[in-house]
Amino acid sequence: MQTTSIHFKANARRALADESLQRSLTRMRVGFQHKRAAAAAKLPEFETLRDEARDLKDHVLEHLDFYLEAFEAKVKEQGGHVHWARDAAEARQIILDICQAVNARTVTKGKSMISEEIGLNEHLQAHGLTPIETDLGEYIIQLRQEHPSHIIAPALHLHKEDVAETFHQHHAQYGLTRKLSQAPELLSEARQVLRSQFLAADVGITGANFCVVETGSTVIVTNEGNGDLTQTLPKVHIALTSIDKLAPTLDDVTLLLRVLVRSATGQEASVYTTFSSGPRRADDLDGPEQFHVVLLDNGRSAMLGTEFQDMLRCIRCGACMNHCPVYGAVGGHAYGWVYPGPMGAVLTPQMTGIEQAGHLPNASTFCGRCEAVCPVRIPLPKLMRHWREHEFQRHLSPRSVRYGVRAWAFAVRRPALYQRLSGLGAWLLKRLARGRGRLSRLPLAGGWTAGRDLPAPSGQTFQQQWRQRGGHR
Amino acid sequence: MRVALLVTCLVDLFRPSVGFAAVKLLQQAGCQVEVPEAQTCCGQPAYNSGDRATAQAIARQVIPQFEAYDYIVVPSGSCGGMLSHHYPALLADDPEWRPRAEHLAERTYELVSFLTDVLGVTQVAAEFSGAVTYHDACSGLRELGIQHQPRLLLNSVTGLELKELPDSDVCCGFGGTFCVKYPDISNRMVTDKAEQIIASGADTVLAGDMGCLLNMAGKLKRLGSPIQARHIAEVLANQTQTPAIGEPD
Repeated sequence: MQTTSIHFKANARRALADESLQRSLTRMRVGFQHKRAAAAAKLPEFETLRDEARDLKDHVLEHLDFYLEAFEAKVKEQGGHVHWARDAAEARQIILDICQAVNARTVTKGKSMISEEIGLNEHLQAHGLTPIETDLGEYIIQLRQEHPSHIIAPALHLHKEDVAETFHQHHAQYGLTRKLSQAPELLSEARQVLRSQFLAADVGITGANFCVVETGSTVIVTNEGNGDLTQTLPKVHIALTSIDKLAPTLDDVTLLLRVLVRSATGQEASVYTTFSSGPRRADDLDGPEQFHVVLLDNGRSAMLGTEFQDMLRCIRCGACMNHCPVYGAVGGHAYGWVYPGPMGAVLTPQMTGIEQAGHLPNASTFCGRCEAVCPVRIPLPKLMRHWREHEFQRHLSPRSVRYGVRAWAFAVRRPALYQRLSGLGAWLLKRLARGRGRLSRLPLAGGWTAGRDLPAPSGQTFQQQWRQRGGHR
Repeated sequence: MRVALLVTCLVDLFRPSVGFAAVKLLQQAGCQVEVPEAQTCCGQPAYNSGDRATAQAIARQVIPQFEAYDYIVVPSGSCGGMLSHHYPALLADDPEWRPRAEHLAERTYELVSFLTDVLGVTQVAAEFSGAVTYHDACSGLRELGIQHQPRLLLNSVTGLELKELPDSDVCCGFGGTFCVKYPDISNRMVTDKAEQIIASGADTVLAGDMGCLLNMAGKLKRLGSPIQARHIAEVLANQTQTPAIGEPD
């Protein structure tokens, strides 16, 4: 996927002016936040579970090599295949090879952000295959040739009128020409179209929320049941996932599921929680003949042992973006790549380079709401600050920031000079305000005064007044 | 009890009355208040711009100015959090400075929580007639856990009616340098905040952080709203005779 993170400011400006998007974001903020809060409040041990989930993920990351090999062995033991992909290109090739080996033409897909990360659909299409997204949100944006704007609600930026228009345009080929307006009708029509695709598919590709080491299983959580049809009907099931998704035991998965689903949608459990353990056995009634797990690295192992290791705890619930005022203002597409919001602001620089994605960790007020709701307690503001430190050290920060900080620090480190300057500033700003108490324009502060006034100082600094009153120092 | 006031650079420059209100509140509670002369800024602009070396240098400048006092009190959750949370992290690898940073951090408090949690203050002798709403500034709320303390003291102010602000825990969009680096997004956030303040039905908005207050007051003024903005210390200290933030002299 083409990255536009470098144009974050322009993307954001466009998003802020997009009234339809703004309506979607308002609805999103209210919905997700209230649902999570209600779910957390109903479970007295929720905060303890978050601690346990954090500790569990930390433990796995400390012993990742061991668990990865154990998981591989268990998958193989059950007749499945494990493929290691160092980067996106390797993962795409592995999947294409599996598809071509069975002469696949139609490939159904469950929702997978890793698939977006590696640009899988474009690759399959370029080689003559037809990938069909079966998650409703993913299906809609695939028809519209868009990308997800949210990691668990990919079509969050759209309204049902947009969906009706899209279906009207694309479903005529199946003889479905009635213009629909109600959500249940739209859902029903999508099901009708997708049903035949499920049956026609040669390969089904899903993601995996978790990989269970003790059983060699992959786990997905869905609310539509599309994941089950994707992975059980075709001859081949490929679970595309990454090396940071391991959970040692089924009990561990239970713990992670309890915090994941509540943090994501506020449900106690998703409608479907599906475990896949190898291909169909001789006495199974159904299931795929082949079971493949593709384990992607793509920069993750490079985060181990660094200040960014905590990010590998992420279980992709989306709570950080649901509670982020910046995401809430501009939506996911403004971030310019696959992962938006606070988690994306930490991951994207790792995966696409800080040179490309420098805006993302900077576009945060460090308000801390993301960290406050993260089910695995990732210190997201701290990690964003680390990216800013990387930028600063490599002189990638904008000149205005570098020189501005340098000039400011020069004064701050010289108290006598600083106090002369602040005294001068207090006097000057008061004069410029001309008794109005505020400034509506100020040179060099156009960013501030474009949208708001600048309250003016009272004329003398606290320090000056304290000195005049003979206060203790 | 000797208490050092860290005035903060924004109060020093924009709103000295907050500093005097803080002094009054502390003195009323029996503290001997001093204002270390050489103080400038806690270093957040450098720290949050990724200039760790400068932030460390500023921390090493601030610590000796304040470490001899019994307590260090700050009329800002943001600067308070900088000293009490981020200085120890910044100097964690420095065997000489780390203990000094930790020692300072243990005794550093945001003003309102110092009054309630350390000094045991449960009411103030103040009057304020009007409907007031309170914005929970992010650092104070989430780094320092300041939530019930300001409400406790505000409810003791004679004549004051406290109206809760919807989404009071959502950031106002100030964010230090964020508001000038990403002014469009910041403006959107403070517009939402101003609309919530207006919807609260209050005629005064209070907060414990000068950055948020400059932002919210500036937006309310730009929108032509008559709602006044003040630092909570001014109301608690019964020092509301000065014009509110951004009001004419």
